[in-house]
Amino acid sequence: MSRLPAHPGVHLSPTQPLYGFHAQEFIPFRFASGGGRELYFYEEKEVDLSDIINTPLPRVPLDVCLKAHWLSIEGCQPAIPENPPPAPKEQQKAEATEPLKSAKPGQEDDGPLKGKGQGAASADSKGKEKKAPPLLEGGPLRLKPRSIHELSVEQQLYYKEITEACVGSCEAKRAEALQSIATDPGLYQMLPRFSTFISEGVRVNVVQNNLALLIYLMRMVKALMDNPTLYLEKYVHELIPAVMTCIVSRQLCLRPDVDNHWALRDFAARLVAQICKHFSTTTNNIQSRITKTFTKSWVDEKTPWTTRYGSIAGLAELGHDVIKTLILPRLQQEGERIRSILDGPVLSNIDRIGADHVQSLLLKHCAPVLAKLRPPPDNQDAYRTEFGSLGPLLCSHVVKARAQAALQAQQVNRTTLTITQPRPTLTLSQAPQPGPRTSGLLKVPGSIALPVQTLVSARAAAPPQPSPPPTKFIVMSSSGAASTQQVLSLSTSAPGSGSTTTSPVTTTVPSVQPIVKLVSTATAAPPSTAPAGPGNVQKYIVVSLPPTGEGKGGPTSHPSPVPPASSPSPLGGSALCGGKQDTGESPPPAPGTPKANGSQPPGPGSPQPAP
Amino acid sequence: PAAAPEASAPQDRQTLLAVLQFLRQSNLREAEEALRREARLLEEAVAGSGAPGEADVTGAEAASALLSRVTASAPGPAAPDPPGAAASGAGAVSGSASGPVAPGKVASVVVEDQPDVSAVLSAYNQQGDPAMYEEYYSGLKHFIECSLDCHRAELSQLFYPLFVHMYLELVYNQHESEAKSFFEKFHGDQECYYQDDLRVLSSLTKKEHMKGNETMLDFRTSKFVLRISRDSYQLLKRHLQEKQNNQIWNIVQEHLYIDIFDGMPRSKQQIDAMVGSLAGEAKREANKSKVFFGLLKEPEIEVPLDDEDEEGENEEGKPKKKKPKKDSIGSKSKKQDPNAPPQNRIPLPELKDSDKLDKIMNMKETTKRVRLGPDCLPSICFYTFLNAYQGLTAVDVTDDSSLIAGGFADSTVRVWSVTPRKLRSVKQATDLSLIDKESDDVLERIMDEKTASELKILYGHSGPVYGASFSPDRNYLLSSSEDGTVRLWSLQTFTCLVGYKGHNYPVWDTQFSPHGYYFVSGGHDRVARLWATDHYQPLRIFAGHLADVNCTRFHPNSNYVATGSADRTVRLWDVLNGNCVRVFTGHKGPIHSLAFSPNGRFLATGATDGRVLLWDIGHGLMVGELKGHTDTVCSLRFSRDGEILASGSMDNTVRLWDAIKAFEDLETDDFTTATGHINLPENPQELLLGTYLTKSTPVAHLHFTRRNLVLAAGAYSPQ
Repeated sequence: MSRLPAHPGVHLSPTQPLYGFHAQEFIPFRFASGGGRELYFYEEKEVDLSDIINTPLPRVPLDVCLKAHWLSIEGCQPAIPENPPPAPKEQQKAEATEPLKSAKPGQEDDGPLKGKGQGAASADSKGKEKKAPPLLEGGPLRLKPRSIHELSVEQQLYYKEITEACVGSCEAKRAEALQSIATDPGLYQMLPRFSTFISEGVRVNVVQNNLALLIYLMRMVKALMDNPTLYLEKYVHELIPAVMTCIVSRQLCLRPDVDNHWALRDFAARLVAQICKHFSTTTNNIQSRITKTFTKSWVDEKTPWTTRYGSIAGLAELGHDVIKTLILPRLQQEGERIRSILDGPVLSNIDRIGADHVQSLLLKHCAPVLAKLRPPPDNQDAYRTEFGSLGPLLCSHVVKARAQAALQAQQVNRTTLTITQPRPTLTLSQAPQPGPRTSGLLKVPGSIALPVQTLVSARAAAPPQPSPPPTKFIVMSSSGAASTQQVLSLSTSAPGSGSTTTSPVTTTVPSVQPIVKLVSTATAAPPSTAPAGPGNVQKYIVVSLPPTGEGKGGPTSHPSPVPPASSPSPLGGSALCGGKQDTGESPPPAPGTPKANGSQPPGPGSPQPAP
Repeated sequence: PAAAPEASAPQDRQTLLAVLQFLRQSNLREAEEALRREARLLEEAVAGSGAPGEADVTGAEAASALLSRVTASAPGPAAPDPPGAAASGAGAVSGSASGPVAPGKVASVVVEDQPDVSAVLSAYNQQGDPAMYEEYYSGLKHFIECSLDCHRAELSQLFYPLFVHMYLELVYNQHESEAKSFFEKFHGDQECYYQDDLRVLSSLTKKEHMKGNETMLDFRTSKFVLRISRDSYQLLKRHLQEKQNNQIWNIVQEHLYIDIFDGMPRSKQQIDAMVGSLAGEAKREANKSKVFFGLLKEPEIEVPLDDEDEEGENEEGKPKKKKPKKDSIGSKSKKQDPNAPPQNRIPLPELKDSDKLDKIMNMKETTKRVRLGPDCLPSICFYTFLNAYQGLTAVDVTDDSSLIAGGFADSTVRVWSVTPRKLRSVKQATDLSLIDKESDDVLERIMDEKTASELKILYGHSGPVYGASFSPDRNYLLSSSEDGTVRLWSLQTFTCLVGYKGHNYPVWDTQFSPHGYYFVSGGHDRVARLWATDHYQPLRIFAGHLADVNCTRFHPNSNYVATGSADRTVRLWDVLNGNCVRVFTGHKGPIHSLAFSPNGRFLATGATDGRVLLWDIGHGLMVGELKGHTDTVCSLRFSRDGEILASGSMDNTVRLWDAIKAFEDLETDDFTTATGHINLPENPQELLLGTYLTKSTPVAHLHFTRRNLVLAAGAYSPQ
């Protein structure tokens, strides 16, 4: 309850209230310079009326309502969803790592006030503690207080329901249960039970070769790992053996030749990698111990193919460095072994399948690493001499990996171009985005035209956008030297079609007027929530003026970013009028270039392959 | 009283001023001081008349603006107010109100405690060498830091007021750069709880800024009060006279009020407990007057064993009311509380039949009440306002816990029924005329079943609703708002009945008297007002706070009103004559919650500093400090029998404290009472019985049901 919300507060004080801070845009003014002057003008957005009319109404905000729950019952706080989790992660950690120091104000406070049942138990344990020190004669010795993991009836019911759903037959229920494990905040008291459940479950089901149950249990581990409120360190010692078993066990299913136990091994391997990433420290050395275990079982000549596969998968998931140091040196040896199985007389079908899987696994994981390590010319013979029988296959995979990497690099190149862009120029609220967002261009004042254009490429080329809205861009850039204007329009296809087609259509128009225009119909939705829904067409019409004209047009001009606006283009006072000028009025396109019709987004009409 | 002769004879005043001025010019300070004390004149008035040329026009304008702010909101037929009566400070209520207040008689009350601004400013006229100020200050600092430990703590109190006044003097005399460097150099030395004021001060760098700056005026209009032992004072005086440090001596003489006491200097802890308010500590004599903190005798109502319908005949009214002759002698002698005010000190409304019914219900519930204690904590039921979008600004619960009202930032007041009984309004007039008035269930028949709902929304305010209070009989609801009005709503028709206009600025809080009829409101205009529901003008104006009145509470016997303010003081006002009878200092932040103990002896206050302080009303002493909250304490409530104090805070916790233990061993010996030197218990943590964290829901309101179940309420505000 704030007694003085901002607006009435300003209203009361003798200061003038600040106006003009209601706009969605970060700064409502646009900058233009030229003729030795700096100009700021108010951006006039063009909004399509039909879009406004057709936009579905926003949901009516929910009305205020009153909800009652028990915050405390006779001094004890019930563990219900309405109350905060009884112990936050920090406290769980403190209890686990520094049991003596861990100030448990809650527990100590509660100690004397607990209900009858718990009160008796705690009094009991306290009595024992008091007796202990005299026995040891150790001065001020404090023993670790026994933590009582007593589940309430509700928690017991919950535990029963969850575990049954997790290993039961109904997939929908299982999904719900896993979701609950992954998100519910109050589970820490049940953690010991869950971890025992998993480790015992794995133990039993490995013996019985019950692949399905093993998969379910591994999914439980994943869900527990995903829960941000749980402090799992105390239970890792139980979980790792269980997960490791699912990776390297000799047999995980009843019919090894048919069942896809490889997927389980892969999944569990990823889990182990995740565990390593989260919990490995210099004191517990989880990663090195796991690596050692995998290597040992791989090196062993007598290891069956299934275990071999698991070990390699486990190692490979630990990262490129591990692959480089541990897997690559053994490729030749392993290749020989695979060849002897695949090319030799068929002794066992199972072995053959195993060898086949190991081979594809090795190829899958090693190729990207090799592509990074080795210089480009990929020579089959060189690979053969280095890696033996796997060489040729590896070589072709590396070539493929390289091609893919090149493709990605291109995209990365473009996205890096975009991530350096100050997208805040478009919206006030920014979704935090991964990756380095140091923006050099942000510092360039007034380079608003530039970011907008690069935003275009961000939309067009960044595949990680979950489902980009159908966005149409028209980028117009006029090369100053030729006093022509290129109208470069791109359109991204609607979500769902999968591939984003970037189609630069360049129109060279004789004009000196630099035009910067942004037409965004999704006025209310910030880009972070941009995928508002199909049918919500965003239009960015960007017309900018690069001072140095490079090429009169053609798609080549697209990937090269517009030069930084730090060199101001020769803008006259007409720039202002230009801002208002509709692109539709732009002069006719020069012959020889595909026509893009002004403000109307060209749409998929003239798609060209992405450069 | 003291001001009256002076006001009646303005000529005398003139001569007095002249004499004073002469004394000053001839440097006869002690004589001047003695005379001034004798005459009880405002320092500012003296200075103002001494330098009339300084009274610049703009300053006067600012003053008149401020004046109009206060006086315009005062009732129209204001009695002619003696000029200069403001000298007596807080109780600036004209003497005509001192009789017993008959309901209906509007006491003519006018506040004039804003002095002439130009006079205030010109008090800074005499200046020394601006470059020397830093030297003066650091010289004094050195002296204090080198003095004996016992004196150091006391003299350190001087730092803050001296710092402020010296800075203001520099600014007033237009030494901007010196003022800035002075501020830079010494503002870090000041106690952290003055930071807010210092921030305002730092924005004052030019003489023009001072005009109309309220903080500055606050500081000037009220002398900063320091409490220092005679030994320490002599030490200081000797030092200043030796050093010929007239600059500081002038400030000490003119701008500070030093309350000298005989005896041992106080310890640092004792001082720290009491300081922190905007204008220093409370003067000792401010807390000397007698307060009738006892409870009124409950009207005798015989509880029928089974049949409730017969109670109408069996009950007995209050002794002074219509039926005094019915035999209630035995219980009367038994229950008479020596500290209670006379039963008719404040005329209270008569009990209606429905009130008696309710009292009987109350008594019945009382028999089922849980006896609370450290071993038997209450259960807490939390009412969460969902989807309130942080717009919940006020909550109240009826005494019988059947209704909850919420005031919202969108100007609405919403009333929920939390029992299965739905809220129904009375039928339209045309429908009412059809009802058989003789029928037994006429009260039931007048209700319109079609309007039954769990929630009723009351529209009428034009600003966020900051205060809400149900009347004890649940027929009315009060709400106070940013729009400056207090509205009275009927819970029979769910319409607005009256809009009480008086505060011109936001009204932060309002509360019904426990006996109904009266209510109190307090707001941004720094005054609290006492109203009666049937008067459109306030009956009393409680003026004296130096900043917004954030919260107001009635004493359980309805004879007193407590107000908590942003000037970090709590004041207790006598409803009878409008006098301020207690000033409690010690909080280090604006006060946001108040609670009287059910026996009327104690007051608990919570502030933005996260501390809850406990006060003994009778002795005017701080008796406890409850530390634990990490944010503003928004709500406080004692259990029905006073065993447990519950506090709710912006830090999303409800905490329960052992009130019995807190009040158990009070130092109320004569010495403590006489000097006000309190020693707080060492380990207040023992008093904390439980902490209950909510899920990001600040606790806006707390309530104990008649069976001692805690109801808490707040709006869920996801981060």
